[in-house]
Amino acid sequence: MTGRRAFRWHIVVFLAPAVLVYTAIMIIPLFGTLNLSLFNLDATRERVFVGLENFRTLFGDPRWSHSFWNALANNAWFFVVHMLVQNPIGILLAALLSSPRLRMAAFYRTAIFIPTILSFVIVGFVWKLILSPIWGIAPGILDMVGLKALFAPWLGKEEYALTTLALVSVWQFVGIPMMLIYAAMLSIPDEVIEAAEMDGVTGWSQFWKIKLPLILPSIGIISILTFVGNFNAFDLIYVAQGALAGPNFATDILGTFLYRTFFGFQLQLGDPHMGATIASVMFLIILLGVCVYLFLVQTRLRRYQF
Amino acid sequence: MHKARHSPARSIAAHAILIAWTVIALFPVFVIVINSFKSRKAIFGDPLALPLPENFDLVGYTTVLAQGDFFQYFLNSLIVTVASLFFVLLFGAMAAFALSEYRFRGNTLMGLYLALGIMIPIRLGTVAILQLMVASGLVNTRTALVLVYTAQGLPLAVFILSEFMRNVSHDLKNAGRIDGLSEYTIFFRLVLPLVRPAMATVAVFTMIPIWNDLWFPLILAPAEEVKTITLGSQVFIGQFVTNWNAVLAALSLAIVPVLVLYLIFSRQLIRGITAGAVK
Repeated sequence: MTGRRAFRWHIVVFLAPAVLVYTAIMIIPLFGTLNLSLFNLDATRERVFVGLENFRTLFGDPRWSHSFWNALANNAWFFVVHMLVQNPIGILLAALLSSPRLRMAAFYRTAIFIPTILSFVIVGFVWKLILSPIWGIAPGILDMVGLKALFAPWLGKEEYALTTLALVSVWQFVGIPMMLIYAAMLSIPDEVIEAAEMDGVTGWSQFWKIKLPLILPSIGIISILTFVGNFNAFDLIYVAQGALAGPNFATDILGTFLYRTFFGFQLQLGDPHMGATIASVMFLIILLGVCVYLFLVQTRLRRYQF
Repeated sequence: MHKARHSPARSIAAHAILIAWTVIALFPVFVIVINSFKSRKAIFGDPLALPLPENFDLVGYTTVLAQGDFFQYFLNSLIVTVASLFFVLLFGAMAAFALSEYRFRGNTLMGLYLALGIMIPIRLGTVAILQLMVASGLVNTRTALVLVYTAQGLPLAVFILSEFMRNVSHDLKNAGRIDGLSEYTIFFRLVLPLVRPAMATVAVFTMIPIWNDLWFPLILAPAEEVKTITLGSQVFIGQFVTNWNAVLAALSLAIVPVLVLYLIFSRQLIRGITAGAVK
């Protein structure tokens, strides 16, 4: 290569800044964290290599494993609520928005996306205030429709708190599936829709038989984005319930568990090694999800080229 | 045929559902903002009433502005967001140009390596990032945040921008080469201006998570003088939980700038999302 023409330094110049920052701040710390999970302090507070001992503690020691499985189960439920509520609502809204000649579509689109741009801090506190039994907005509204008896301090009850927070998160992020599906629906050629109409396929059957199969790849992307986002979530729970993820750890997910372990809370000291161990497990879970998506889901989805 | 598609009943049902969700989406924000202008008694007495002259009260805003250093927080957020955005766009566009323009050994591999960060969240490296920042003395500096956010934003920026740069006309670039322009001039003078719409899209996508992030400011820069507005309002509200006027005013102050920015850029954002998928 060098014999034929001079080494093209400009390629290096163009690539170097991005690759350096990305490698130094993202890739090396990621592997540093994975590596740190294999070390711990010995009796003399020296750092020693312990192999997979930290993982054995995490899964085997009842004090750790109980918290871990609790956080993982809560996180899984958090994800299930998103898949069952957020994505269907997003698809429904997108289907309605993309119907031709709908007036005010731009207004709806802009308005429904507003919660998505707000920070978790705002969203967490706003809902905390609205659901608060002290203020009385939520019971007041339920009273108006005659359902006052249904009110409960949802964020304070162990059995409701996690689902409530998951629904708050759904409220915030429903704009993302809505927009992506909306974009996918706009890209369906008019000829396909017209051909369906010639054959008398309209309305809901048109949605189920023509549009849904065509937007399946987008639904796949939304599912994996939801998965990565949910198993990486932290902010909303931290803002609404604090690092202790109350009541009684009912809303503890992997993100808050990692934060508490790494930084400590109340009387427990922070533990970077166990923190790194939890981060490694989260890494493996997310990696597993991404691989399942890439190798099992994406390859089986049929893509239609127009 | 068209009757079936646009029957009035169907259209009314569609509007009803969309209006219902719009109300659900906007109602919480609306309630917070109207109540922030009311007296404490009115907030509890009739939370759904609009602020009227007889219950109008700005005590919440005066408390917030007297207590928290919100102007400093806002400035910190602005500096961190703008600086990160600048580096993400510059470095991202340069790398995207190299990947889309030149054929060299390892091109695809480099593209995949940079795309890895789209799926794997940078937060998982937090433990080691904090150690790195402690070792280099960057804890409690805005530089630490800018570095982290630049790394976080780059993968998606490179991915989207290289898709767009592939579509820039080769004739144009080759004409530039024949005229003796250097590769750098071609990039900065010819290609960058042409991908400006894509840069705007990347900018909006990069900006929102940086502005709203709580995790890294909490861990890397919790000191008073470098606090971002997101962390600042979280801490402030945590301290003033019982002062409802102050809490509602602080929330309104945090909502308004984001809302204004969004309304300015919303067309760009929506066009960006739809353009990416239509491709």
